[in-house]
Amino acid sequence: MKFLFDSDTWQEIYGSIRKNKVRTAITIIGVLWGIFLLVVLLGAARGMENGFNKLFGNFATNSVFVWTQSTDTPFKGFQEGRRFKLTMNDIAVLNSEYSEEIKLLAPRNQTSNLIIHDFKSGDFRVSGDYPVLDQIQKKSLLYGRFLNENDILSTAKVAVISEDMYKQLFDKDVMPIGQYIKINSINYKVIGVYKPSNTIDFDGDCAYIPFTTFRKVYNTANKVDWMMITANEGTDIEQMEKDVLLTLKGLHKVHPEDERAFGSVNLGKEIGKITGFITGMQFLTWFVGIATLIAGVFAIGNILLITVKERTKEIGIRRALGATPKSIRQQIILESVFLTTIAGMLGIIFGSFVLFIIDSAFGQGEDAALINPTVNIPIILIAFATLIVLGTLIGLIPAHMATVVKPIEALREE
Amino acid sequence: MIKIEQLHKSYPIGKDSLHVLKGIDLHIKEGEFVSIMGSSGSGKSTLLNIVGLLDVHDEGNYYLNGQLIKDMNEKKAAQLRNKFLGFVFQSFNLISYKTALENVALPLYYKGINRKERLKIALDYLDQVELKDWANHLPNELSGGQKQRVAIARALVTKPKVVLADEPTGALDSTTTDSVMDLLKDINDKGMTVFVITHEEEVAAQTKRIVRLKDGVIISDELTKAAKAV
Ligand SMILES: Nc1ncnc2c1ncn2[C@@H]1O[C@H](COP(=O)(O)OP(=O)(O)O)[C@@H](O)[C@H]1O
Ligand SMILES: [Mg+2]
Repeated sequence: MKFLFDSDTWQEIYGSIRKNKVRTAITIIGVLWGIFLLVVLLGAARGMENGFNKLFGNFATNSVFVWTQSTDTPFKGFQEGRRFKLTMNDIAVLNSEYSEEIKLLAPRNQTSNLIIHDFKSGDFRVSGDYPVLDQIQKKSLLYGRFLNENDILSTAKVAVISEDMYKQLFDKDVMPIGQYIKINSINYKVIGVYKPSNTIDFDGDCAYIPFTTFRKVYNTANKVDWMMITANEGTDIEQMEKDVLLTLKGLHKVHPEDERAFGSVNLGKEIGKITGFITGMQFLTWFVGIATLIAGVFAIGNILLITVKERTKEIGIRRALGATPKSIRQQIILESVFLTTIAGMLGIIFGSFVLFIIDSAFGQGEDAALINPTVNIPIILIAFATLIVLGTLIGLIPAHMATVVKPIEALREE
Repeated sequence: MIKIEQLHKSYPIGKDSLHVLKGIDLHIKEGEFVSIMGSSGSGKSTLLNIVGLLDVHDEGNYYLNGQLIKDMNEKKAAQLRNKFLGFVFQSFNLISYKTALENVALPLYYKGINRKERLKIALDYLDQVELKDWANHLPNELSGGQKQRVAIARALVTKPKVVLADEPTGALDSTTTDSVMDLLKDINDKGMTVFVITHEEEVAAQTKRIVRLKDGVIISDELTKAAKAV
């Protein structure tokens, strides 16, 4: 190992590398490309992952949405194709039966209406909601506040509108809070303006009014259009989804095997699919990157082998001058390792640089597709260590070849 | 210094073998200046390579500095070459991407001498062959005679006991041949054993002993006038 710290060793390597410039460049490019790909692809995959995470960012990812459709099996005297609705009773039953599993439960009723303010108007969705909605799907408010418990209890005629609705219905520079808008000929006081999330969103531009107010105004009585449920930490969300659906089927006299009666989306499951996709992509990246790396290292071995042949004479001279086979081998292996390492470093530097550019181009701002495309240091270190090991192993072949030729054969003058 | 008894060497050629050295007996004492002559293909280089531990013989005994050379591994051979032997080749065999100075210093590298010391010694030897001013030139910037002098400096730098030269003047014109021969004579005068191959009578005449080789055997072995003059 002493020879590693010997400046002469490096002098010799520097000399031979400088002499074989083309070879040096080609080999470096091979490995550089491999590790470059690895860094950039891993970084991009990471960026995508971060992007997806942000996409679901203001949603509780352990949410299940449930609504009703129509039955596909006749049951208890009912015909198939029966339509029915969720009720407030269902909500109460679920809340008491699943008090351990369910963290938040938001029943919702929705419709569309013409909304008018002064001489401006537009068709928008109107949603009857409980304040709990804000916890399931965080609303970022530009002005005012979201619905609260008081609004529910007093069936207040208040509305929280979206930024676009505000722009469409109000003149510029008019403070909307406290102003009145007309929905279905009834006046509502605007109490808040929110910015719709640019990520997953089921509501679009929507005026949120208290659930109780909605019930009274639209005469929905006991009915509920659909509900959002979030589970407590540690709950098996898929199991909870099944259980809740079974309970609901019981409450509505639906056949337990009925597949169509209730619709549901399990956000956790959907996210799992995307996460799986990203994991797959990362795996692919590793595969491609490592394959390229290995190819690059083989190229180095190959070219070293060629140059060993070209350098037989030089090696012969060195041996005549007293170079032992070991010292020749050491030098060639060290050249191999040195080249792979330099190439690896350059690859990492270029890769990071490209990631930096990608980050500046696509990774900034609200709608960024990639966020923080980076690669962990440990991964880089592992790749680097692998390079050194591979460089050593592949250098063994030309090193061996360099010493099987007898000095006399190398020196023969023709 | 060099003692050879009934040395045989054959080269396999396909299924046959070419018997090149057919029983050579040769004794070269320390401080001798010997030339080997013979027509092309008579086995001169083969003999020199065996003496130089670059090749191995098939039969007979070879003693270098009293040590029987037998079943030598590459590492041992390399060390002995580095310690006892200096080589000068017809085509100089300088390393093209190293300067004259670095070429001369190379054997010292394999001796394990540090760089600073190495370059100092090498410069000293370059000075002895009057090429100090060319120390930092690459071989292709030197004339043939200069290259051969660099090669000689390189052969001497480890203070070998024996200098082996295979047609050192073969690629040189007559004036540079003389300067190279003068150098070899100098070396010999300082007590080093010098062993040259040549096919030029004038060159051989400047050594002290001429061994003639023909078809793998020694046909004559006599001292020259130069030797008798001393
Ligand atoms: N490695 C080898 N393999 C086969 N034949 C060889 C080898 N080296 C030399 N020879 C043959 O041996 C003979 C002697 O060669 P050499 O010693 O180089 O002669 P010289 O130096 O006197 O011209 C020649 O015929 C040459 O072709
Ligand atoms: Mg010859």
